[in-house]
Amino acid sequence: MRYIHLIALAALVSSSLAASAQQPPAGGRGRIGGAGIGAYPTREPGDPAVVERGRNIYGTNCAFCHGADTRGGASGPSLLRSAIVLDDKGGELIGQVVQAGRSDRGMPKFPLSNDQIADLATFLHSFAVNGYDSSRQRPATIVVGNAAAGEAVFKTKCASCHSPTGDLQGLATRVPDPRTLQQGWLMPGSTAGRGGGPMPARARPPTVTVTLPSGQKFEGELERVDDFVVALRTADGGRRAFRTTDGTKVDVKDPLIAHRELLPTYTDAEIHNVTAFLVTLK
Amino acid sequence: MMRPLVCLALVAASSLVAAQDTELNPADLLKPLSDSWPTYSGDYTGRRYSALTQITPANVKNLTLAWTTRLAAGPGGPVAPVPFGPRPPDIIVGGVGDNEFVGATTVKGAILSVNGVLYVTAPDNVWALDAHDGHLLWRYFWRTRGGTHIGNRGAAMWRNYLFFVTPDDFLISLDARTGKERWHKEIANFNQQYFLTSAPVVVDNHVIVGTGNDLDSPGYLSSFDPESGDLQWKFYTVPVNPGDPGLETWKDLDAARNGGGHPWLPGAYDPETRLYIFGTGNPTPAYMSAPRGEGMDNLYTCAIVAVHVDTGKMAWYFQTSPHEMHDWDSAQTPILVDGTIDGKPRKLVVTASRNGYYFTIDRRTGERLVTSQFSGTVNWAKGLNAKGQPVRDPAKDHHVGGALVSSANGGATNWPPAAFSPDTGLLYVPTAENYAMYYLTELDPRGAMGLGGKEEVGVGGGGSYISAIDYKTGTTVWKHRFRTAVGDGRGGPGLLVTAGRLLFGGDVSGNFVAFDPASGRPLWHARLAANVSNAPQTYLVGGKQHVLVAAGDTLYAFALY
Repeated sequence: MRYIHLIALAALVSSSLAASAQQPPAGGRGRIGGAGIGAYPTREPGDPAVVERGRNIYGTNCAFCHGADTRGGASGPSLLRSAIVLDDKGGELIGQVVQAGRSDRGMPKFPLSNDQIADLATFLHSFAVNGYDSSRQRPATIVVGNAAAGEAVFKTKCASCHSPTGDLQGLATRVPDPRTLQQGWLMPGSTAGRGGGPMPARARPPTVTVTLPSGQKFEGELERVDDFVVALRTADGGRRAFRTTDGTKVDVKDPLIAHRELLPTYTDAEIHNVTAFLVTLK
Repeated sequence: MMRPLVCLALVAASSLVAAQDTELNPADLLKPLSDSWPTYSGDYTGRRYSALTQITPANVKNLTLAWTTRLAAGPGGPVAPVPFGPRPPDIIVGGVGDNEFVGATTVKGAILSVNGVLYVTAPDNVWALDAHDGHLLWRYFWRTRGGTHIGNRGAAMWRNYLFFVTPDDFLISLDARTGKERWHKEIANFNQQYFLTSAPVVVDNHVIVGTGNDLDSPGYLSSFDPESGDLQWKFYTVPVNPGDPGLETWKDLDAARNGGGHPWLPGAYDPETRLYIFGTGNPTPAYMSAPRGEGMDNLYTCAIVAVHVDTGKMAWYFQTSPHEMHDWDSAQTPILVDGTIDGKPRKLVVTASRNGYYFTIDRRTGERLVTSQFSGTVNWAKGLNAKGQPVRDPAKDHHVGGALVSSANGGATNWPPAAFSPDTGLLYVPTAENYAMYYLTELDPRGAMGLGGKEEVGVGGGGSYISAIDYKTGTTVWKHRFRTAVGDGRGGPGLLVTAGRLLFGGDVSGNFVAFDPASGRPLWHARLAANVSNAPQTYLVGGKQHVLVAAGDTLYAFALY
């Protein structure tokens, strides 16, 4: 019940707090699944008017050392990950440092009132703090290479199987997100990652030839294989599975073998250049 | 109304009978691994080499299921309604939080086997089972405040007391006879986003355990009194005060004291020198160089460290990844080997690190003797320096356009334990070979906190292996590649090796396998309901050697009949 209440509250205030209070993003590993609780203590959103008062106090007294966003500046450390700020509830720890100063580290005293300290603490606590820190200054694009150089690389490494005017015609229209496109040409079928666009068509599945000790052969699309059993689908839609520990031979044909074997050969510059070329294939 | 009283009376009676049987004498932990499994690695060496010999290459084809048990986690009842048979014991509930972990139960740790009783853990849960047939004796559930519920590596035991840690930063002691809580102590700061996953290790009257954290808080190892839970000593893995050693390897004190280095797996213990030898985790922020001091070593992160077990004072260290940049911990449990190098007997410690490199080190001095690359694909280093450390290539940290790096974040190996056999002189290492694109996503020169600032997208491209490494030379003598449809390069589970000349482990396709430790050839296998999720273990009960393994929430014990 408490969770639902908090969500409702968060939804009500989120628009007014958007500029200061980042809601904790989803993320992190091993979060408590399905229990409706975050992994770490989250603070109840502060009153927007108090946050605003705290922001003004911070901007006047603190920002020139600790940065406008509390992440540290030229002469002051980040307050966001500071143990004192993380342990502080309502200014009782922050106030001790601010009002007394830290002469050993070059921080002067700030004669703020306890009410002002409480406002300042509400502002500092309006930021989400987590180990999966979301990026703030994201690069505009991952396309950093040279298209002409990329075309030359394409001719030596890719052109024996692919053609810009054949199978790759309109590639960048079909896959408009450059990172998805880059991942896709490096290894078709690899995941797009967070924030990627739709994936291109899945890669063709591997095929397999199974040769029994008798010499009898079966061929088809590989369903599954491990060190002990192989399963395949035959052209007529049937399914066959074999134990392979009796001398049965398994020969898997991976249609992506060329992509796999090329991986250790690329320089990062070649990758960036090929992508710069491929994004021109509209 | 009467029934609980009857149950309590029964429990009391049985605990009296069992009282002397459950007890573990701390001195027994000094014995080589044989009938029982009384500590995380079986014994202090970390070798996971059992002296048991009932099961051999000649008879392993007859190995058969002795029992299986599915573990019911959480505050609820059994996994499924039980139509027949006795009602399971009531759950014992503790905790200071008001939340209940309801995620999937996955056993990712060691199962203690002491005097015919197994003690199993998962985050917030402990079960005691009869080692003969896996039936439940008691279970304990901790209501949580939160924290990262990624896994639990197991319990530790001292006399009749069990110790385990929780994601919300408590060390808990239970009475091993009943599962009743003796005490709980908050041993790390929840507000600072610490979480605990490690198995504690008992040495004499020390209960030693390390921290975990995905923000930037400093890592530490601490030691507690088994009776009272009082703190005995605390060793920070990074400098936290002015004048601390290693501070010169950080940008400044603020960087160092936010530098991570969490020792999140149990270490090994050398009784001759009374050194506790363990690995430390990555520096933080994990993917950001500048905030830590560009190119500076960032001691004592990503290192093998030896501390005196009675004081927590550091005796030596060897850093396996100076200025680490990919979240590749060196926290893997080091393994003690009494071996021969250049014709001379040496007391050694060996480790295969998540960064893809293998190291042989003198465990008395920290002198490095051997370095080799055991992953065939890692490409993040320019080579080795004069100290035998891999030298980071900054171009392979990450890039706005993506840097193609091997390994992916999981590393060439990870927490699933390696094993060492003195019979073959080989270290067996679960190995992953794969690539990922590492994209820099944070252009703010101040960087990001924790694991932020880069995004990684896997491209696969490798394979999953067991590598068998010669400790004298670092040479990979054999490598068994698990056959899969495509080489996506996931890492496999942990390993066990026995004096019966068998190597046990799981593949990446749900099989539990016995291998020939000399060649890597599979000799026996059984497909389980899920991939093996911990490292296999072995123990003797009722005169029979059992091989015990977990796959998710289910345990399987195999024996010969």
